[in-house]
Formats: sequence, structure tokens, C-alpha cells
Amino acid sequence: METAKKQRLLTGNKAMAEAIALEMEKNDDVFVLGEDVGKYGGIFGSTEGLLDKFGPERVMDTPISETAFIGAAIGAAAEGMRPIAELMFVDFYGVCMDQIYNHMAKIPYMSGGNVKMPMVLMTAVGGEYNDAAQHSQTLYATFAHLPGMKVVAPTTPHDLKGMMTSAIRDDDPVVFMFHKTLQGLGWMDQLDASVGHVPEEAYTVPLGKAKVAREGADVTIVGIQMMTVYALEAAERLAKEGINVEVIDLRSLVPLDKETILESVRKTHRLLVVDEDYLSYGMTAEISAVVAEEALYDLDAPIKRLAIPDVPIPYSRPLEQFVVPSADKIYEAVKEMLEE
Amino acid sequence: MGIPIEKLLWMYEMMVKIRHYEETMEEVYMEGKTPAFNIGAGTVPGEMHLSNGQEPAAVGICAHLTKEDTVASPHRPHHHAIAKGVDLNRMTAEMFGKETGLGKGKGGHMHLFDPNVKFACSGIVGAGIPQAVGAALAAKKRGTDAVAVAFIGEGAANSGAFHESLNLAALWNLPVIVVVEDNQYGISVPKDAATAVESNHLRAPAYGIVGERVEDNDPMEMYKVSERAVERARNGEGPTIIEIETYRFLGHFQGDPELYRGEDEVPTLREKDPIGRLKEYILLEGLADEAELTERENRVKTLVDEAYQFARESEYPKPEAALEDLFSS
Repeated sequence: METAKKQRLLTGNKAMAEAIALEMEKNDDVFVLGEDVGKYGGIFGSTEGLLDKFGPERVMDTPISETAFIGAAIGAAAEGMRPIAELMFVDFYGVCMDQIYNHMAKIPYMSGGNVKMPMVLMTAVGGEYNDAAQHSQTLYATFAHLPGMKVVAPTTPHDLKGMMTSAIRDDDPVVFMFHKTLQGLGWMDQLDASVGHVPEEAYTVPLGKAKVAREGADVTIVGIQMMTVYALEAAERLAKEGINVEVIDLRSLVPLDKETILESVRKTHRLLVVDEDYLSYGMTAEISAVVAEEALYDLDAPIKRLAIPDVPIPYSRPLEQFVVPSADKIYEAVKEMLEE
Repeated sequence: MGIPIEKLLWMYEMMVKIRHYEETMEEVYMEGKTPAFNIGAGTVPGEMHLSNGQEPAAVGICAHLTKEDTVASPHRPHHHAIAKGVDLNRMTAEMFGKETGLGKGKGGHMHLFDPNVKFACSGIVGAGIPQAVGAALAAKKRGTDAVAVAFIGEGAANSGAFHESLNLAALWNLPVIVVVEDNQYGISVPKDAATAVESNHLRAPAYGIVGERVEDNDPMEMYKVSERAVERARNGEGPTIIEIETYRFLGHFQGDPELYRGEDEVPTLREKDPIGRLKEYILLEGLADEAELTERENRVKTLVDEAYQFARESEYPKPEAALEDLFSS
């Protein structure tokens, strides 16, 4: 460990914006468009500082016309450009999903691979700041369910930068979900997890690879974004009681890194899947199914799932806290699993 | 009249080519669908939207386009594709579901993509407009003089995509032309039961752009109006809406019982067949003689016949090829 060397710390949003800036410097085909991506720097800071560096021709504020500007990104990508379009909140997909899933996702396939779609659709996800049902969802599974898009959701500033770089360089459409709370914004909860070491130069973190965020032998917890953060918190507490939890930060929903999950389950023989998305038909179900299909006899206990219990995200603080999984709930769930 | 003879003759032979393509498809499509019509049966399964009668919209503007210009077409795409120069063999093979098709059999008749001539289409009404805006944006960013044309039916002018896209195209002053083919019907619903204005070119002032209308399915008028629109776009003078009154000789799709149309409606339209009218004009003006036109007709019809032959003789893809082409890496 180079503990002596001072490490540069960045928030999630600055890490993302830096990745975009470095790619824009290198490649004239890369440009950003979306609502409030210019002077404002993105409502969640994803384009902070880019307008000053690159000007309004390459950092384009758009009208509130998601169909038009996401469709325009698709049209430009088909011409070989590398647009990055921002859908301000993932919850807004309802006004433009046709362009996303019928066109961005399907054109490469329907053309037999003759048309490439090298674009990034970045979008803010997640709740727990009382923004209610239309501004708090993650909708991970909604996008991951539909074939033709890579869907990634990095947790740490390091991965936000590295995976954004990979997403921009990728020739396939990538839905890049960033969690609002992990952006490290001054006007939201201040989390240690939203700040981290980020190298200055451009680097890539592969799309489609999960990360073992903490090693352990007793239980595997698979989470993504805030659920990984909570799982790590719960793991700390459990460690004090002699329970060693392995935490997997999924990072990518499509492609899904089955191998890392299966390898972990074969070691720990127990699986808890935690999701800040709806329970039914979601990521927790998918991962449970993969493990049931391929590692059922490695399990010592039934698989457990924690997720939003199939209701819209409620507004009031006690109501929202009730439905979103937390470190406490994860701690309890692990204890139950080991007692069974 | 200001239209070069060569362009007029090109439009004529292109309309003949399109018509022969569609009339052949009418027959081929019914192979395996008689006596009982089953949409999923036969040589060419699935929906089939043919463009017989709507040729002037396609040839009038494509006469001004090059390979570098983009065309985004809707669910009724054959006339646009042929006029834009899409590979006829591979286009036909695609509709036959063959591995030699433009999309290796994964797209079908509403999803034809030929990046070599920058042609794409979509089965979703209005969806091509923003993508044409994006192609125009790419042209502007790269400093080329390429333009993008989105063809839509008059029904699509009532979609949100139309409004959003034209506002954006006008705001960014992009070289986009939206050609509205007013064939009088959105499937069965007449235009006047769906559209609050008489003609969609009247919507242009709402975006601060030029709107023009072509009456009576006239290819020469379409040529002239398009010439102005393409020139404006190439000169950086922004988007145009062109609405052309056109005629759909067939149903919305093949197999449409057309109960919503009067009995004498189609025969009346067919009397005004734009191909016959253009031929008459060419002969009357002495721009070509009967023999030359016949020679041109035969040449393009042979190309069409060869394309169908190519499609028939091509192989189906291996079933497991269904798993390919989702991602490039």
C-alpha cells in the first residue's frame, strides 16, 4: 500500500464529469445533450464544468422534449457520433421510452449488426430524500429486462469514472444509471461512500463485471449502488459478532456477471439479494433464479430477498423508510438466515 | 418548366420501378395465404404496407438527395427505400426473412436499414422524425452539407414526436425536411376526423419555418417544392414541412377489408395515376418517345424481378443466429 502517497478524492458527480471531459477532449464525436446540462451542470452534477470547457455546441441544453433529444442522439449515433444524452430522472422514461427501447435498443439487432449505436443514456436514480413516487425510483429491472441495452449502475466515484469512460467508448448503447445520493451533492445526505479516490488520468472499468466489495465466508449479499453501501454497513456490524459477510457490488445489470455471484455462493452457501427496486419480477428474482438454476445444491439455506414491497415509493419519511431496504434490515435478515 | 429532362426520366422510371416492385409484392405476399388469409403464412409473412400510388412523394424529393443524405422512413417504406437507392436484392431478401437480407432476416419489411445509403425505417408512427433531426445534427456538427428527410404519414403529424422534433430542429436550425404524405387515412380514420388543420404545412409557422403543400399527387410539383426545401437546408436556412396530397391505392395493409372506403373511391384515384400522367406529359412534350420509355421500363422491371429471384434463392438464416447481433462487443 502506498499509504504515504496522497490520494486525490472526488465526489461521484465530479468523477463522472471528469470521465466525460477526458473523452470529449480526445474525441470530437463525443457530445452531451439534455435538460439543464449546460450552465446548471446537470441537476445532479453529472456535467459539472463541461460547458465552460467545451461550449454550448458540445454541451447542449435541450427543450423539455425527451423524445426529440433522445431520438436525436439515436440519429446522431447511427451516423457514427458518440452522444451522451441525459434523462434527468429515470422516472421520466414514460415520455420517451419508445425511442429508448424500440429504437436505441433494437436498431443494432434489427439491422443485423449493420448499424452501430455508440451512445450513452445517463440518468439519475434512487430515493430516500422524500421526492415521492415520480422522482424516487431506480427502475433497474425495467431497463435490464429489455434486450439490446447495456445497463450499468456504478456505486463508487472510482467506478463512476471508469465505467463512464467504458460506456462512452463502447459501440453499443449503454444506459448509465447514477444514484443521486452517491453523487456527493452538497444539498443531499452526506455519505462517506459518495467520496473516494479517483485517478486523474482516463482509465476504464469494464462493463459487465461485478466486484467483491468485501470478502467473507458466511453469507453472500448481492447489492447495487445504495444497497451495496448498506450491505457494507451491515457487514461491519455483523463482523463484530463474528459473522463474515461477502458483499458483491453488482455494478452492471446487463451484462450480468453470473460467475462472480455463483463463485461467492459456492463459498458461503447462503445468499441475500438486496434491491432498491420493486420486489416482483426484478433483479432479486433474476439473481435468485440464476443461483437456483446453477448452484441450488451449494445452498445451506433458502435464498432471501429484500426490495421495495411492490408499492410506489411513498412520500412521508416513515413510510419511505419502511419500504426501502436499510442497513438495519440487512443486518436482521442475515441474522435470521443464520439462525434458520 | 425548369426540371432537367434526365431528372424527369429518372423520376418516371423510378416510379415504374416502385410500382412494379409493389405489384409483384402484392402477388408474392398472397403466396401461401389462400384460400384462408393467414398473416403469418406464406413466402412473405407479417404485416405488409404497400405504397402503390404514393410514388410521387418519394421520387420528388429523392431526386435531390445523394448517398450522404439521410432518409428516415415509416412503416410504409418501400417507395422511399427504392428511390433512395437501397440495395434492392438485400431489401427483398430481408422481407423474405433470408440471411442475405439487410438485417439478416431480423428486421422485416418495416425495419429496413441500409447504412451505405443512409436509409432507416421504423414501424412506430412518428418515431423517425427525431432520428432525422439527429442525423441533421451530426451533419451540422461535422460541417457537411448533408440533409435529413423524415417521411411520415399525415396521421403522424398529430404525434408528440412531430411537435418536439420540429421545435428542436427549428431551434437548432438543422437541415431537416419532414415530408408528410397525406394519403387521407390513418389506417381507417380520415384525415378530417383526426387533424384540426386542413393541411399540416400550415403548422410550419408555429415553428417559425417554411411549410409548403403539393396538391394532387403531382411528382413535378413535388420535385420543385423539394428542390427549394433541400436547397434551404443545405444553405443553413433550416427545416421545412412539405405536405403532399397523395393516393393510397391499396388498403392500410394487405388484407385490409377497407370497409371505411366508398366503392368508387379507389377507381377514381386510379384514374389519376401519377405514373400515367407523367408518361403522358413526357410524350406530349416530346422529352422521350414511347420506345425509350419502354426500354427504361423494361430495364427497371428486370432489376425488380432479379431482386425477387435473389430473395427466393437465398437461404434462411440458421435458427440460432437469432442470438447474434444484439451487441457488437
